[in-house]
Amino acid sequence: MSSPALARHPEDSMPATAVAEAGSAPAVTPPAPPVSFGTLALRWYRLNRAGLRATAIGIISLLAFLLVWHLLTTYRVVFFVRFTNVPSPLAVYASFTKAMHDPKFLMHILLSCRRIFIGFSLAAIIGVPLGLIMGRFKLVHEIIFPVAEVLRPIPAIAWVPMAIMLWPTNEQSIVFITFLGSFFPILVNTLHGMSLVDPVLVRAAQCLGARERSIFREVYFPASLPHIFTGLTVGMGVAWVSLIAAEMISGQYGIGYFTWEAYSLVQYADIALGMIAIGVLGLGSSLLIRGAGQLVMPWRST
Amino acid sequence: MSEMPANTSKGHIEVRNFSLAYETIEGPVQAVTDTQIHVKPGEFVSIVGPSGCGKSTLLNAVAGFLKPTTGVVTVDGERVNGPSAERGMVFQQYSLFPWKTVRENVEFGLKMRGMPRSQRERAARTLLGLAGLEAFEKHYPEKLSGGMKQRVGIVRALATGPKVLLLDEPFGALDAQTRVIMQQILTNMWQRLKISVLFVTHDIDEAIFLSDRVYCMTARPGSIKAEIPIPLERPRQQSMMMSSEFLALRRGLMSLIREESLKAMGGEISDLGMQGLNIELHGHSLVEIL
Repeated sequence: MSSPALARHPEDSMPATAVAEAGSAPAVTPPAPPVSFGTLALRWYRLNRAGLRATAIGIISLLAFLLVWHLLTTYRVVFFVRFTNVPSPLAVYASFTKAMHDPKFLMHILLSCRRIFIGFSLAAIIGVPLGLIMGRFKLVHEIIFPVAEVLRPIPAIAWVPMAIMLWPTNEQSIVFITFLGSFFPILVNTLHGMSLVDPVLVRAAQCLGARERSIFREVYFPASLPHIFTGLTVGMGVAWVSLIAAEMISGQYGIGYFTWEAYSLVQYADIALGMIAIGVLGLGSSLLIRGAGQLVMPWRST
Repeated sequence: MSEMPANTSKGHIEVRNFSLAYETIEGPVQAVTDTQIHVKPGEFVSIVGPSGCGKSTLLNAVAGFLKPTTGVVTVDGERVNGPSAERGMVFQQYSLFPWKTVRENVEFGLKMRGMPRSQRERAARTLLGLAGLEAFEKHYPEKLSGGMKQRVGIVRALATGPKVLLLDEPFGALDAQTRVIMQQILTNMWQRLKISVLFVTHDIDEAIFLSDRVYCMTARPGSIKAEIPIPLERPRQQSMMMSSEFLALRRGLMSLIREESLKAMGGEISDLGMQGLNIELHGHSLVEIL
């Protein structure tokens, strides 16, 4: 190498600057001596103090909620709202233990989960690719967007009569309504994600020799993923809303039907049990999606 | 340094009779007119000019993102028709893929070329080692400092062995100390690779310190106002920036750009005046104040 610059500082010029800039980078720190379990636990506590605090407060707040509920029902408070017929937490717990041994209750839950799974999966399988393609190809967008915009504001529950006409079985129409509920949030958020892709990243990819298909796979898709997952989370919420409504109106099974049936049969504790089951199932499914999001987008977890 | 491709005979950029106009509702707006520039193989050339003069437009046309309205851009006699891996580009906004690790970012161009995984991993590690970044290969860009991000950006652009490196104000977002280090690193890489560089900046010191030749552009519509050879010997050191030779070049370029900046601002001021906003200037024209 004839360059005097390199002759003057042969190998170290760039690594040296790297070290200067990186400061306490992992590469330059000496290997730490082994630490005791106590120190590790203490460090873990210090780092997670905020999270522990939130958990503790959360538990206390849930217990307080139960206590208030208990008091309101025990004393049958009537103050604008009437708690005379509302079941107490203990009554709900009793009906919960009974329901856990009742295969019919479990079947209601499994059936609702199956409907959610099929309806939501279809919505995701159709909504995400459609959103990606609409975001990339103007013509597809121009054709589909107006139709989507007209159909989108119609609440899934308003589709119930139409769904019953469209589909031969009740089961299919309920799944269809679940699908519709989650489809539009997924589509709209995917589209939104596509519209926010940084054009500089697309240009960077082009400069590195990427063609259309690679740009789609390597830039547009990963760049839209955060919004796709927002759409999936929202879509899952709406899927449950739509499912419960459909089950209450046209169902024969399912947790929504169970809740409605409990009201007709004057089984007040079962109403609350059904509601809580719906809440827990909804929470569980959105946690599943959040977990999937963290798996798929490791660059976003800290 | 034998592992690096050395293209001494390649990378000749020619821009001839170049002009570029944008279509607007009021008719075409001329961004760049009647411009000729060239970069010889292995040469380091900068473009400076007042903001909005079209220097980035010119660079984007060389990269292939914009089509000239008239004229032609060629690299080694071949007409530029669109972006390609032959012309590596470094952007001011770093533009690393946030969903790829540092190494995957560097590998990207090689992956597009169809190089097998193990081979491109090895190539990327070597390059990252040269830039002092091997400890960060598994990091996501978000975790890196601005200087490190831009080093990855440069390494990524060089990984495919382009004939030309185009840089659009690459160090504009960095603090002064980091910028000096980055200039040193860029110079080192350029000398090792003997690659042609076209560098757009608004920093006159940076342009003089780095370049063999500097083009100074006029205010919009941009064209070449002057071409200034930089005869400073290499290797260049920070201390040179105090030398009388450097300062003379700096003074010359400074007055050229100042002239153009005032022209550009003068236009804006009269536009503002027409909209009745001169009241805010207490009756004084901004040109007088300046």
